[in-house]
Amino acid sequence: MNRAKIISAPFMHSIDSVPRTMLLVMLALAPATAFSLYQFGWPAIILFFIIIGSSLLFEALSLLLARKPVTPFLLDGSAVLTGWLVAMALPPWAPWWIGVLGGFIAIVFGKHIYGGLGQNIFNPAMVARIALLISFPLEMTFFMQPQPLFAEQSPNFSQALDIIFMGGIDIDALTSASILTQIKILHFDGQSIGGANGLVSDLPTAMLGVLPGGMGEASALLLVLGGVFLLAVRIISWHTPFAMFASMALIASIAHFFNPAYHPGMLTHLFSGGFVLGAFFIATDYVTQPVSNTGRLIFGAGVGALTFFIRAYSIFPEGVGFAILLMNAMTPFIDHYIKPRIFGRSKSGEPLTGQLPQGGGK
Amino acid sequence: MKLFNVPGGVHPKDHKELSADRAIQAVPMPVELSLPMHQHIGIAAKPMVQVGELVTKGQLIGMCTRGAASNNGITAPVHAPTSGRITNIAMQRSPHPSGLPEMMVTLEPDGADAWGELPAALDPASSSVSELVERIHRSGIVGMGGAMFPTAAKLDARNNVDLLSLIINGAECEPYLTADDRLMRERARNIVDGISILQRILNVPNVIIAIEDRRVQAADAMSDATGAHKGMSVVLVPTLYPMGSEKHLIKVLTGEEVPSGALPSALGLVVNNVGTAYAIHEAVRYGQPLVSRIVTVSGGAIKHPGNYHVLLGTKVSHLVETCGGFSQPPEQMLIGGPMMGLSFSDLEVPITKGTNGILALTKSEVKPGTHRPCIRCGACIPACPSSLEPQDLFVLVRNEKIEPALDAGLADCILCGACSYVCPSHIPLVQFFNYGKGQALEMRNEVMRAARLKRLSDERLVRSEEKARQKKAKQDARKKAIADRKKAHEQKYEGEVKA
Repeated sequence: MNRAKIISAPFMHSIDSVPRTMLLVMLALAPATAFSLYQFGWPAIILFFIIIGSSLLFEALSLLLARKPVTPFLLDGSAVLTGWLVAMALPPWAPWWIGVLGGFIAIVFGKHIYGGLGQNIFNPAMVARIALLISFPLEMTFFMQPQPLFAEQSPNFSQALDIIFMGGIDIDALTSASILTQIKILHFDGQSIGGANGLVSDLPTAMLGVLPGGMGEASALLLVLGGVFLLAVRIISWHTPFAMFASMALIASIAHFFNPAYHPGMLTHLFSGGFVLGAFFIATDYVTQPVSNTGRLIFGAGVGALTFFIRAYSIFPEGVGFAILLMNAMTPFIDHYIKPRIFGRSKSGEPLTGQLPQGGGK
Repeated sequence: MKLFNVPGGVHPKDHKELSADRAIQAVPMPVELSLPMHQHIGIAAKPMVQVGELVTKGQLIGMCTRGAASNNGITAPVHAPTSGRITNIAMQRSPHPSGLPEMMVTLEPDGADAWGELPAALDPASSSVSELVERIHRSGIVGMGGAMFPTAAKLDARNNVDLLSLIINGAECEPYLTADDRLMRERARNIVDGISILQRILNVPNVIIAIEDRRVQAADAMSDATGAHKGMSVVLVPTLYPMGSEKHLIKVLTGEEVPSGALPSALGLVVNNVGTAYAIHEAVRYGQPLVSRIVTVSGGAIKHPGNYHVLLGTKVSHLVETCGGFSQPPEQMLIGGPMMGLSFSDLEVPITKGTNGILALTKSEVKPGTHRPCIRCGACIPACPSSLEPQDLFVLVRNEKIEPALDAGLADCILCGACSYVCPSHIPLVQFFNYGKGQALEMRNEVMRAARLKRLSDERLVRSEEKARQKKAKQDARKKAIADRKKAHEQKYEGEVKA
């Protein structure tokens, strides 16, 4: 962490830097986030800033405790981004303590106990989401119909404070299940999903983000746009998202073909829940995905497949978070086995045998 | 010609526009030249002159016999770049980041710049190959692209394998540098003459002259000059860093990879730089040893960037003055290009045979950044031309795991700096790899030293046992002799008594 004079070549550098990377990811997240905040109104806005604020606070405390320089790390954008992603993974009207706890789990247990930036095995935001989901299933599955800002039913600022800090909300009055939850309920009831309120026909609406869901589940369309932006500025490579989409599309299509009464079509799988957010923003987390392109293809395919099986056969309606954490655990393994062939060496690492011309020594 | 892909590579902004259109200019005679005795890879030359001695331009002032067992033929002599008086022979600050002193001969020019008696010009067609190689060696020619490997030693490859092609490296891939570009644009005929001499020595049917596709004028000039020469062709290669690395140039041109740890001759190829070919032309046609070279002086902090014909030993300060001095205090002074060059701060160091550029960069050009932890973004992997995983090697070297780092390909790293260039955490990866390579060398030397010690001590044991055995045998013999004498004496005495 020093700006000491460079003593070894190269003495030129590309424009890339860690803060620039973090900034571009936030830029890519901004449209979808702004749309979600608008859709879910003041409570969501308040919660969003609570989570980011607490992430920064726990980051600063962790850095102090680890005796690392606080300012440069705090300003690199990584804590803000982690907090932002935690916010995207929570229900928009969750109580304040869920938000603070989310920031705490992500920053302290997700990142700093491993040694800080770059050292963690699991994606911090997903660690927070899953820990909260398992510990507080009620609060974590409280979704409601979007209540756009300034709309008639939308709470004003003081009502929003009441909702977030005092739990001043009549859950039953507003609660509404997401598509994936509706499917899971039908599964539990042993009913066919075919007639379930025209699930599949709702897809265009789902993509625009006017269905009940978490913050990051709101607008698949804007998230895809953000992902395309990240691809265009080369912050992420296409391998992980592509493999995730491809494996999910393939498996979901096959399953739907054989049992349409149980399995929704692939579009429902791809564009509902946190799949798009996961594909472009969470699974592509540098620290916790494999480094090689081949490794990323394997990793993405694994996340897609696991998500499908968790959604289809576990008690949880949504599986992206679990799938990403499980594949995060596989990352060191994948990186160990997927190595590029070194220039001038064979795949096994032996020097190539040169085409030595015959008859040396004229 | 069909070209092949190379792994990795980066596209740094090349800044060549600063000096590319400046014709090669002469530099006013400096008041003093400092000539390091070690301007090449291999054994340093030894000073052959005395303080106070008058020397002529081109006179031999330092050498080490080639072919002596101690240097394996890898050495090069040093000549006086101008006429004048030797004023000092001493250890002085070297043009290296360490600034450690090295043996230098100081020459005070007399202003006449008069050549002394030079070896006769050779006609390449009627001279023998060994005559030509000897001339190249005696002229002190080394790889002018910056590697400074003695050229005569490189040409020895002809004794071991049948060579297929000669590749001439005109791919000046380092940003800012335009010395080779200008040389090709202005002196293409002389370069091509040097190439044809190399072609005759190596007895190769074809020669490929590789030039970056953005250096159109240089390529045109070289194509014109090669016209009548058989088997020579100019090939445009993609502008990509590090295209000038000989192993990567070979890959692009032939599709073949030089085996790890081997030389291009393993594929029947030899690679030489355009500047080297030019120096060979001068040495063979005019008997002139290597006493000067073309240097690009550039960077945002230089008032008038350009390309200069510089006498070896000229101080950087003199060169900077010739360019009108600094337009602003430089953030970084460099010998060579920004990707692989060496930093220095004392402007009183000399230009040597391998100095292709002097750069004075501003802060905005260097973009110094804050070192941060590795975030495993993997950007270094697609940048690496050797298909290594720099982020992995970095962790191994940082933890002093040199053996595993070697297994992961540390020795295959060419230190090109592409990984550090793209690293968003500004990790000085090359510095770590340089350190790792140093440690690996140390380890190998240690193993060799231990083996040698063991052999010596074993031999000593055998010798001392042999010695002890001989001593005992000698003692036994002496004892026996004494006993025999005594016996004889006693017998004699007894006999006398009896008598």
